[in-house]
Amino acid sequence: MKNIFTILFLMSVVNLRAQDDLMKELEQNKKPETSYVGQTFKGTRIVNGQSVETKGKGELEFIFAHRFDKINSGSYNAFGFDGYAIVRLGLEYGITDRLGVSVGRTFYGGNKMVDSYVRYKVARQSTGANSFPVTITAIGTVTYQAFPNAADAAQLGIPLPSTSDRMGYVAEVLFARKFSSTFSAQVTPIFVHRNAVNKSIENNDDYAVAFGGRYRLTRSFSLIGEYYTRLNANSNSPYYNSAGLGVDIETGGHVFQLVFTNSLGLNTQTIVTQTGGPNDGNLGKGDVHFGFNITRTFQTGKRKQ
Amino acid sequence: MTVAGLVIVVLTHAQKFTAEKSTVKFFSDAAIEDITATNTKSSSIFNEATGEIVYSIPIKEFEFDKSLMKDHFNEKYMESDQFPKATFQGKISDYQPAATGAQKATAVGKLTIHGVTQDVTIPGTIENAGGKITMKAKFMVKLVDYKIKIPQLLWKNIAEQVEVTVEFNYTAL
Repeated sequence: MKNIFTILFLMSVVNLRAQDDLMKELEQNKKPETSYVGQTFKGTRIVNGQSVETKGKGELEFIFAHRFDKINSGSYNAFGFDGYAIVRLGLEYGITDRLGVSVGRTFYGGNKMVDSYVRYKVARQSTGANSFPVTITAIGTVTYQAFPNAADAAQLGIPLPSTSDRMGYVAEVLFARKFSSTFSAQVTPIFVHRNAVNKSIENNDDYAVAFGGRYRLTRSFSLIGEYYTRLNANSNSPYYNSAGLGVDIETGGHVFQLVFTNSLGLNTQTIVTQTGGPNDGNLGKGDVHFGFNITRTFQTGKRKQ
Repeated sequence: MTVAGLVIVVLTHAQKFTAEKSTVKFFSDAAIEDITATNTKSSSIFNEATGEIVYSIPIKEFEFDKSLMKDHFNEKYMESDQFPKATFQGKISDYQPAATGAQKATAVGKLTIHGVTQDVTIPGTIENAGGKITMKAKFMVKLVDYKIKIPQLLWKNIAEQVEVTVEFNYTAL
């Protein structure tokens, strides 16, 4: 009799806990899965330079970037808005979720650079069965400086560069980790080669390391920062290391990035090799430019099925 | 006693079914755009003897027409890094294992989405055809019940409630 009571009691306990046990059984039966970390950064740029993000398959991103004259040029110059604006328009297309191609053009009197790059996400940060600590993206860029043409060269009394002299190449490998849903950081070794430079102040080959980060304040609003340090700058170089701070704001298919930076570079080559100059780029003197990047993403074709 | 116990354990075991195929879809019907997403990576166990049933749905496995929708769904609305799965734990009442053809049945239990648990009653159908069980159900989920917030700017893009359609095919465990 005692035994039967014990069994009945045990059975009722078992019954109460049965659904929890069934859930445990479900978890145990599951094959171990890998979960990939997404949205390390909001866009393909952190501030001025590249992030590890790729566009999804079939996504076409239009990126529209402006950098204005120096803020310390004073109120008469509307803190830079009355001065020049350097503009880059670019398109990036996701061939797959991990492979993208892009072409862009910088618009300014003395800087008519065309840049084109291929971006490939080599590894994805993940947790679970196949966990991996970082996302790695490799980017190869080719640039072509269209300035000056024959007329400009003649007028300015400078030699007309050959096609080869106008070309530059950038290789960079980006390592990023999303430490939490609010904080991501990235470190990027960079190699830049330019076919023709002013050897008294510049190098044909430049090495640099970039550091970038994002701190998410709300669901749609983040702080962003970036610093590029040159490893072998020419001792006579009039240029500076590039730094930038800003915010990014996401609304639906748009990302707005409002930035403050000492660099007018809108591609990696210019950021690394030509930030500032004789009268610009010195953060100690407050040589800061306001600028923005606006991206709009369009989906071409459906991604599933 | 021991022998009887073992027999019960074995019998109970044979009465459990696991989902070999699953489809969970949701549909959001809003002013600007309709959004659908499909997930085929869910799992479930059904204990035919007791009617107990559990589901586990990995949030990151919902696939959308647009990459950006999937990003926003995970990062902004479902916060799937923090709440990686939705679950249901409950019991199916009024189910006759011996009956043939599709029969109506009701699942009563706890639905957890976005870290919030609600008591729900979900009507659906079950069919047991030669040891293979198919369950189907269609129900509405109100986003506010699960503390899923839609930004003011996007209220025209996303409906306040979404229609969820599930179909699970089970075989004996």
